[in-house]
Formats: sequence, structure tokens, C-alpha cells
Amino acid sequence: MVAMSQGLDQDVLVVKDLRVVFHTYAGEVKALDGVDLTVRRKEVLGLVGESGSGKSVTALTIEGLLPQNGEVVSGQIILAGNDLLKESSADLRISRVTDMAMVFQDPTTYLNPVLTVGSQITEIIESEAKLFTKQVIADRLIELDRLEGEGRITPVLEKERAKLKSLSSGAKISKREFKRLSRLYAINILRQVRLPEPERIFKDYPFELSGGMKQRAMIAMALVRRPKLFLADEITTALDVTVQAQILKLLTELREQIDTSVILITHDLAIVAEVCDRVAVMYAGNIVEVADVNELFRNPLHPYTKGLLASIPRPDLKEQEMKSIRGSVPNLIFPPSGCRFHPRCDFAFERCPLEKPKLLEVSKGHFVACFLYEGGQA
Amino acid sequence: MKTEPGPPSRSADLRYALHRFRQNPLIIAGSVISIGTILIAIFANVIVNPKLGRSTDLDLRLCWNNPALNWHITNVFNCGGTVYPLGTDTYGRSVLSMIILAIPLDLQIALEVVISAVVIGVFFGAIAAYAGGVIDEVILRITDIFLAVPAILLAIVLLVILGRSFSILTFAIVITWWPTYVRLIRSQVLGEKEKPYVEGLRAMGAGRVRILFRHVVPNSIYPVFVQATLDIGSVILTVSALTFLGFSPSPLIPELGNLANAGSTYIFTAPWLIIFSGVTILVISLGFNLLGDGIRDVFDPRLRR
Amino acid sequence: MKDDEYLLKVDNLLKWFPIRGGLLGRTVGHVRAVDGVSIAIKKGETLGIVGESGCGKTTLSRTVMRLLDPSSGSIVFDGTDISKLKGRDLKPFRRRMQMVFQDPYASLDPRQNVRSTLMEPMGIHHIQHSGEDRNRAVEKLVEIVGLNPDHLARFPHEFSGGQRQRIAIARALAVNPEFIALDEPTSALDVSVQAQILSLLQKLQLELDLTYMFVSHNLAVVRQICHRTAVMYLGRVVEVAPTETLFENPKHPYTKALLASVPLPDPSKRTDLVALEGDVPSPVNIPPGCRFRARCAYSTEKCALTSPGLFEFGPGHGAECFYDIDFKSGSKKEVPAT
Repeated sequence: MVAMSQGLDQDVLVVKDLRVVFHTYAGEVKALDGVDLTVRRKEVLGLVGESGSGKSVTALTIEGLLPQNGEVVSGQIILAGNDLLKESSADLRISRVTDMAMVFQDPTTYLNPVLTVGSQITEIIESEAKLFTKQVIADRLIELDRLEGEGRITPVLEKERAKLKSLSSGAKISKREFKRLSRLYAINILRQVRLPEPERIFKDYPFELSGGMKQRAMIAMALVRRPKLFLADEITTALDVTVQAQILKLLTELREQIDTSVILITHDLAIVAEVCDRVAVMYAGNIVEVADVNELFRNPLHPYTKGLLASIPRPDLKEQEMKSIRGSVPNLIFPPSGCRFHPRCDFAFERCPLEKPKLLEVSKGHFVACFLYEGGQA
Repeated sequence: MKTEPGPPSRSADLRYALHRFRQNPLIIAGSVISIGTILIAIFANVIVNPKLGRSTDLDLRLCWNNPALNWHITNVFNCGGTVYPLGTDTYGRSVLSMIILAIPLDLQIALEVVISAVVIGVFFGAIAAYAGGVIDEVILRITDIFLAVPAILLAIVLLVILGRSFSILTFAIVITWWPTYVRLIRSQVLGEKEKPYVEGLRAMGAGRVRILFRHVVPNSIYPVFVQATLDIGSVILTVSALTFLGFSPSPLIPELGNLANAGSTYIFTAPWLIIFSGVTILVISLGFNLLGDGIRDVFDPRLRR
Repeated sequence: MKDDEYLLKVDNLLKWFPIRGGLLGRTVGHVRAVDGVSIAIKKGETLGIVGESGCGKTTLSRTVMRLLDPSSGSIVFDGTDISKLKGRDLKPFRRRMQMVFQDPYASLDPRQNVRSTLMEPMGIHHIQHSGEDRNRAVEKLVEIVGLNPDHLARFPHEFSGGQRQRIAIARALAVNPEFIALDEPTSALDVSVQAQILSLLQKLQLELDLTYMFVSHNLAVVRQICHRTAVMYLGRVVEVAPTETLFENPKHPYTKALLASVPLPDPSKRTDLVALEGDVPSPVNIPPGCRFRARCAYSTEKCALTSPGLFEFGPGHGAECFYDIDFKSGSKKEVPAT
């Protein structure tokens, strides 16, 4: 289940010491205060936190979608070897199309209501025709091979296959042919996200789809580019629990089919437990704990993680004592000194308000940012 | 939907508003003009002897003698030794003094009109939106009737029938002005009444009147406030237009439109009369207009609560 | 159960919304949001109402609170049917029944400070006549909900979500109600704050002898705080039972599927969450027969012909199904007709 031995080749994403500040009239919001994160190949990393933790800001920074008053003060974001923060905006746009994709919480606001679903997908493909030509042809060839395997190939399709095969070695195709192939490719992707009757959905407008179907369409739009990194920001929060189950299952299936890594951003630890390989817990702009999912739930180390796990109501247990974390999330304009969690921590001691703890590896693959664990003691 | 961490503090909102304000030169100009106008209106009787307005010396002494402009119009009566910065009118009164005396009058009429129109319009519009159904339809249709008639024509007709006084003038303009506020507050209330806090109040047992006038209307009043500020300028224009057409009680009364009216006869011989009164009308209405625009730009929709 | 043991008894409540269409705006159909719901809540008890979007739980809570007029059926509160009362007759019940809403940001008037918000219900219902009495009452209220008196002068936007929800609860308590309907009161809050609010609600229930109707889509929360739970689907209560019984031994296939879909915060217990394919249907065109039939793994022809009534599977445990299904083995046997 856990991608520990595989994926030791190049990490897909490495974020080092990322600091992001928002300039507002109330003051400077120190949203991210030195975030370190790695995502391995084909892994699903859960990024967990409550409001103000900075999990969405991290994703937006990676995608380059910070609002105007946001500023990356320092840090590196290395996606497949390239530092995104050092790229020109033209290169960054290409990266956004080919290397990473993001899906947000509310599919209704992110889908253009006056365009059909299909046209919104083909728009992505056609916007970067050069990049997609090979992929589109390759996908069609796979489809044709599959049809042959099923014995459903006709002379017309046979001819098409031969022609495409001769093309795939770098020759150009006509615009019309490209449009046709794009359309077929888009329908295929809609099928991959388990939308029933994909040809019909291709022609539908967003308002004709339900919430779950719209979210699948959004995932389809993200997967069109076969991204190396897929950022899912609270994608099931607005959905019913039965629909959420379907989407989560889809994510795990897709992870197998496509060589993609997923950062699953959520406040819901239960989702993380069901779907993720590793988990990173964020609080007030810092990563406070990272571990393999089984390890995190079995042996949480950071006081915040412990508090969070203790406060989740469990549907499978009878009445439990509901514990909560005292206090509330700090104002990031005037964050607490030292460890940002210390005002709410039951285990805080003298060092905590003075210094900021670093994220250190306490046991294999388990990182904590807490002075309780420095020097290897628990 | 997840909650946000710290809500913006009130001083932050104000600081942002002031910053936006400062950034926009038009707003600054508008504010300066509007505030200046109001100050002049308040202190007019101190600056200028109010009796000047009632001068009945019909000894026509139209002249201009402004040393700043090296300009003597020869085919005009002589001034004697006094300096009139903006010239005199046909009754020998300093145009500058007349303008200063006219401002409080115009501003007063404008404020009366706007406040009355707001009160009437908000009252009917809020009820129409909150009650819905037949009441809404009826009020809307009545509003439509008034909107369909061209404002100035209606005002003229009323003035002709009812006579020429400033109260009738105010009344005539209010009649044509209130429908806009009905529409404005109605659309706001329609949206506001669906908000959860209204439901909460209903669940608590609050009556409809209380909910409407103590809660919904105060939360909906913002665009009305903006429009009212804009309208002060527009009303001054309308008043001046009507008095220019001759609908004031007496041509002697210092009022901007009146002065312009008097000046229209002498437009080629003594152009300063109409120029300065006209420019004043323009500047004042522009000032309030810019101020209203500025308030809208700065506060809306960021602080829309 | 004697009727007077129940503080609230809802009998066959219907709330249909007309759909207008055509040139003349004729009624072409109905959205059957609440389509025959009967529930009863004892004094001091919490009844949970769970379901997904479109099931009618929100409409149910609003109809019970008389924010909507029922299409038919009765709502008996402490012996009086309030379903047809209006205006002045309804007002005394408004004092005894209060509501707390989901969105802590929008449920308070943004232009009223806390003191004014809390004093208003007292003014509406003429409680505590002198200003001094009211002030003292208001100060006590904020303390009961865990805030302090210097919060009274502040405005809603100066508070966090959890604090605003406390203010909303204080406002509900201002008139000493007997019954509070809570519509997803913690859904918009952070998990760590959620627990605080739920503890507060439980404490208040014990101290003030309150009765709650707790509407939520979050099954885990419902399990913690509700004594009995009702599951709604497409406008009807398809199963109702004491909470533990519902979670341990559900009898309706929808309940079973719903419980199976909830992710557990325990990676060692991963299962296939998908028990139900397709989308949650809309309450506009409800097919004949059992309304869950189309998505039910156990449906038969009988389910398509008639709609099952509530069959009692145990004390206080009812479900609308023709079959007693053993979910482990998948076998089912028909229940005797009542």
C-alpha cells in the first residue's frame, strides 16, 4: 500500500523553505513560514490543516496562482527538476499546462457556464497543439488497438490506424484532423473518470450535470495533460458523502492508471486515512508533522496532530469523549513567537516561545517540528 | 465552507478605504468641491451681506471691473471705483456675492429633495420587496408610471398649475425623483431578505415590520446612500434648469439658475453673468457626482456587508 | 408511548413546492421536499436527522419551526397543533422553539453588536422588563456559552466562526426555550472548534433540560450527540432508531450504504467506500413504489409496485422496507404485512 520502496527515483516535487506573505491593509499576513515538502512519484500525499493553516496557499503558490497582494518572499519549488519560482512566465504557463494541474472545491464556479464541457476540455488541448499532437495520436492508436483486440475493427478504422502510425514519427497533421483526434481524446478522458455516456456529456453544458459529475469533469480537465502533479484542493468538501466516496475511489484508480502524484488537500482526516500514502500536517503556515499514513494515525507525535486526531468524531465508535484543542487559530499578522502552536499546546515549555522548531526526522520517514522530540526523545 | 481565521479589523477597513480614496484624484477633487460648497453654504451669510440680495435699486449698472483681467468692455455702463471680481448683474450687485448667496439656497433645495425622495422611495420600495405579491406589483406599476413621464416636463406642468415658489419647486422635483429609490432599495431588499439572519429573526419571532425596518433596510441602504450623494449634484442641475426656464418666484432672488437666466439676455454683451453662474452650477454638481462615484468605487463591494 | 411524553410530534408532514411553467405560470408539478414525515421527540432528547442533499432535512426543520407553512400534516408541540397557526397565535411558540443555523457568518445581523443581538429576542417576547434586568441577563448568557462580557460591545465580523456560533446559541437561549432546532450547526467550523460547540450543546441540554432536533449530513457527529436518529431519503424518513441501534444494526439498504460511504479516520480499516453508484436524485419526479428502489441492491418487483410503510424491526426501530435484510449474507426475507 505505501510507496516506500518504489518511487525512490526523482521526487516529483520538492518545496524548500517556502515563505509567502500577503500584503493587506491590516498588516502583513505571514501565511507560509518556511514550508518544506516533498512528493514522490505516484504517491498520494495528504496535506491536512484547518483554516489558516496555509494548505491552500501552498497549492496556489505551486501553481503560480497567488493573488496580487501575495508575495513569495523566499524558497524553492522544484517540479521535475525545474525551479518554478525562477522560470519566466512563459515557461511557467507551459509548466502549468503540462506538468501540473489543480482542481478546486466548487466545480460550479470553475466551469464556464456558457461553454459545453467538451469544448472546455478541447480548449486545453488545442491551446498547446504542438505539445499535445503526439499524445492525441498515441491515445487514438491505443484506442484502435483496443478495438482490434475486441474484434471490432473495420476497414475504415484500419486505414486510419495505418495513417496515424505513419504520422507518429514527427509528421504534421491537418488542423481538422487534430480537432477530430482531440475530441476523441477528450471523450476518452471523460470515460476514464467514470462519467456515464461520455459522448453525451461532451456536448452537455455544466448546468446539466450534477455536483459529482461536474467534479469528475473538472478532474478530466486536469488529467487531459497527464500532469506529473495533481493538486486537489478540498475537491469533495462540497459533495455528499456517497458521491465523495465515488470521487475518492476514482482518485485511487487513476493513480494506478496514470503516472501522476497527487497532493490531496483537505481538513478531513478521515479522507486522508482512506486514500493517502503519506500525510503532512500543517498549522499556521508551517508543516508540523509528516509521516506515512499508518504511522501518523498510530503514533502521532506533534501535540497539534494529537489534538486534531482526538477531536475527530468517529462514526464507528460509540459515544466518545470529544476533546477539543483549546484556544483558536492565531492571527497570522501577529503570529505567536517561536513555535506558532505554543499558546495552545499542553506540553509547551520555556524554549517554545523563543525558537522555531525545525522539521526533523525522528524515525524513518516520520518528521516532526517540535522541541519535545529534538535529541530523539519522545 | 470553512471559516476564515481572523476577521478584518475595523481600522483595517478604514485604512484601506482612505488609501483608495487618496489614490483617486477625481475623488479628491470631488470631495474638496463638495465640502467647499457645503462650507460656503453654511457661512454664506457671514461672508456676504444677505441684504445685498434684496437690492431693489433698479438703477441698472451692469459693469465689470476686475483688475486681474485687463479688459474693459466699453459699451457697458461705467462702474465707478469699486472692484467687482466677477462683474455685476443687471441690478448692480456683485456676481460673486450673488453666487455665494445662491449656494445655500440651491443646496438646501437639493438636500430637501434628496432626503424626501429617499424617505418616500425607501419606504415604498422596501415594503414592495419584502411583501412581494400584489403589493409589490402595485407599487412597481405606480413607479413605472412616474418613470415613464419625462421628469422636467412633469415638473413644469406642476409648476404651471400650482404656481411658482420654491416649495412647489421642491415638491415637483421630489415627485419625479422618488421612483429611482424605489427600484434601488427594492433590488437590495430582495437580495437581503433571503439572507440567513433574516430567517433567524423570523424564527425568533420578530414581526415583519421590525425585521424590515430595523434590520433589512439598514443593511440595504448602502447603494441608496451612494445614489443620494450623486443626486445632490443632479438635483442642483435640475433646479437650475427649471429656474433658468423662468420658474422661480422672482428674478431678483439670488439663485444660480436665476442668475443664468438673467445672463442669457446679455450673453453677447455681458457674458460674465451667464458664464460664472453656469460654471458654478457645473462645478458643484460635478463635485457631488465625483464624490458619489468615489464612495461607490472605494466602498463597494469590498465592504458590502 | 403516551402522547404527552413527547414534546414534539410530527405526523405525516408534507411540504410540496409548486413548479410553475408554461406561459400562464400554471403549476406543472411539485417538488415534494417533505413527503410524509412522522417523527416524535421526547423532552430532553436529541433527535438526529441525517441525509444527503435533496433529502428534505433542511425543509423539514424549517417547516417544523414554522418558517414555512406545511402543505398538510400536523406539528404538535406540547399538545398544541401549531401547523396552522399564524401571527399572534404562533408567537408564544416562537419563544419556546428556537433555531440555530449552519452559517455562523450570515445568521447574525452584521450591523448589530452582541448585546443588541441578545437583547432583541427579549424585547420581542417582553421578557425581563427593566433595562438593568436585561443587561444582567445578557451578561449571564454570554458566560453560559463561554464568552465574556467585554465581547458584548463587539460586532459579528470581529469574531471567529466558533465564537459566532456561540453567540447564535446564546441568542437562542435568551428567551428560555424548551426546544432548539439545529441545522448543521458545526458544518462550517473547523474540526477542533466543532468539538467545543458540541460539548457546549450537550452541557446546555443537561443543565437547561433542552430538547434538540439536530439536522446534519455528518454521521460521525450525529453518533456523538443524538439519542435517536432518523435517516431521510427523498422526502421521507426511511429509517429511525436509537442511535446505537441505527449504527450497529441498520435495516434499510440506504442507511447501510450511507454508513458504508463514510470514511473512517483509521487507515488500518480501509474498505471500498463506494456502496452506491449514481447521483442523489431530485425530489421532482419521484417514481412509484419504494423511492430507493432504483439504487437498491436488494430490490424486487414488489418494490416497484407499492411503497413500503414503516415496519417495526425492534423497539423504537422502524424502517420503510418490505424485507428484513441480513447485510452480511445478502439474504432477505419478507416482513409480515402490518
